Amino acid sequence: MASKKTAQFDAVKTLANIEEQFEMFQILDEEGNVVNEDAMPEISDEDLQELMHRMVYTRILDQRSISLNRQGRLGFYAPTAGQEASQIASHFALEKEDWVVPGYRDVPQIIWHGLPLSQAFLFSRGHFLGNKSPEGVNVLPPQIIIGAQYVQTAGIALGLKKRGKKAVAVTYTGDGGSSQGDFYEGINFAGSYAAPAIFIVQNNQFAISTPRDKQTAGKTIAQKAVSAGIPGILVDGMDPLAVYVATLDARERAVNGEGPTLIETLCYRYGPHTMAGDDPTRYRTSEMDTEWEKKDPLVRFRNFLEAKGLWNEEKENEVIEIAKEEIKEAIKVADDTGKQKVTDLMEIMYDEMPYNLKEQYEIYKEKESK
Amino acid sequence: MAQMTMIQAITDALRTELKNDENVLVFGEDVGLNGGVFRATEGLQKEFGEDRVFDTPLAESGIGGLAIGLALEGYRPVPEIQFFGFVFEVMDSVSGQMARMRYRSGGKYSSPITIRSPFGGGVHTPELHADSLEGLMAQQPGLKVVIPSTPKDAKGLLISSIRDNDPVIFLEHMKLYRSFREDVPEEEYTIEIGKADVKREGTDLSIITYGAMVHESIKAAEALEKDGYSVEVVDLRTIQPLDIETIIASVEKTNRAIVVQEAQKQAGIAASVVAEINDRAILSLEAPVLRVTAADTVFPFSQAETVWLPNVKDIIETAKKVLEF
Repeated sequence: MASKKTAQFDAVKTLANIEEQFEMFQILDEEGNVVNEDAMPEISDEDLQELMHRMVYTRILDQRSISLNRQGRLGFYAPTAGQEASQIASHFALEKEDWVVPGYRDVPQIIWHGLPLSQAFLFSRGHFLGNKSPEGVNVLPPQIIIGAQYVQTAGIALGLKKRGKKAVAVTYTGDGGSSQGDFYEGINFAGSYAAPAIFIVQNNQFAISTPRDKQTAGKTIAQKAVSAGIPGILVDGMDPLAVYVATLDARERAVNGEGPTLIETLCYRYGPHTMAGDDPTRYRTSEMDTEWEKKDPLVRFRNFLEAKGLWNEEKENEVIEIAKEEIKEAIKVADDTGKQKVTDLMEIMYDEMPYNLKEQYEIYKEKESK
Repeated sequence: MAQMTMIQAITDALRTELKNDENVLVFGEDVGLNGGVFRATEGLQKEFGEDRVFDTPLAESGIGGLAIGLALEGYRPVPEIQFFGFVFEVMDSVSGQMARMRYRSGGKYSSPITIRSPFGGGVHTPELHADSLEGLMAQQPGLKVVIPSTPKDAKGLLISSIRDNDPVIFLEHMKLYRSFREDVPEEEYTIEIGKADVKREGTDLSIITYGAMVHESIKAAEALEKDGYSVEVVDLRTIQPLDIETIIASVEKTNRAIVVQEAQKQAGIAASVVAEINDRAILSLEAPVLRVTAADTVFPFSQAETVWLPNVKDIIETAKKVLEF
């Protein structure tokens, strides 16, 4: 060692100091007890019930989607059970005019933002109309290229700022996504322009099979915010109230011109990566599954609400029935939607069709008329 | 009319559109105060403010994503990629995202983005500055690819590109930036994307080309004229989509053609043009359509650059093969 370490020179200490700042923020413990009274949000009983309604609904949607997929009635599907607090409670902090920029597992958020359920099913079935969100619903199609949504969100957020809108762009990725170059470029660009963005990392512990500790030497993903000079927070992603408060807080800063926030939610996906053949028993133990299931967001929120007299079995069953009915209806709409044609695609490749597509259009029109 | 170099014509086009449409935003690495490394954006930040003309952090993928996001909020972004060899850093944003935006949103969203970028050999840059990568872009459905060869064309084409509702890759050959001046109208005008221009008329052979090779081809045509050949030079100006009408009309007139490109031979624009001619005008041909291109290596370091690039002599040689077939 060439010289004695001083506080300024001790890089290892600097890192340790930073890392120990990122403690997990929690409001409800696993049993649904309030452990952080000071952080309790001002939220009406109706909103608490609505949040529970959405989480229960989303759990049912997940179960039905898996079963429809197994029956061959849905295509691409990425299960969501275990991530309801991270997904639904973060979305619950948003306003209608905000943008939601999802990864492929984030279909529930865009549904709750206004994408009709039937379109989510069409997306799963590989029909282009599934991605055509209604006018006034500011959502992008689920992103397949991991990280691409982060740089685009920086752009949307800068646009919102330039337009003087009091709105935010919120995007989602996973623990694996935080390793992408686009992750850093996105948070760094948004930070540099103080753009109203919220970057959420749902750390569900595995990127397909690769465990979180193989993604980075960082103790947390939230601390990566420091590199971009923006606030970062580590949240219990199985605790809907903590996720809600963290997102609400980030939104408030964003619309007040204070720039973006990175939120890491610690959560778990109970199911496989997607329904296309992933087998989680190859990389996870049943002990680990059980450990995380004890933290279940629905269980703890149900306990919390029941203790307040805001929830009971009857209410729960009511939601389950509504969900099942709406899913049935939406599948019917999807079934009744005509198959997508290649000519439909040709019509929207460009504003105006170039010569080569015009020629090929005639060929496909003929092919598809048979 | 004013005498302008291509770089001045480009600045003039940017200024015109910044004035015309408040949704036009110009951004990229060093484009603000510094006016861009080639001064393409000289004075624009001062004139239009930092809200409209601004620097970005040094990250091409971030620039691409920024453009996509700004377009979603109704802007018409004109980002600069400092040198087109850096395009690999932003390939997903370009090919994976903006080119597919219409389709993947069921037609709800679009990407009216013009990516400007310098490219082209002969100016002794470090590696990955000069490469002709237009073929990569032209192969991506959803994009348009424009390459001007003169100051006047550059202004009209850039204005059209910015006004276009689809993503346009606008490639500016570095060697042409300041190599000559010509009269450029000071008022605004457009040149239609997808329209080639016959830069020199002739009856014995068509040279179909674009970018800096237009000028090499004109020199070759002038030399061939001394040997008694009347040579037509067709400047594609847009390489995606191609102007099939003009190409075929020229070939049907001359019955002989060569295609000249600065890029490597493999899987290139010239190959596409040859295939289109074969598809549509093979019975008009008196000789095979040959290509003049660079070699199928990576773009060489500067010492070997001059020999590697196609030149007037190469064009004359190949033209003679076809003329004397």
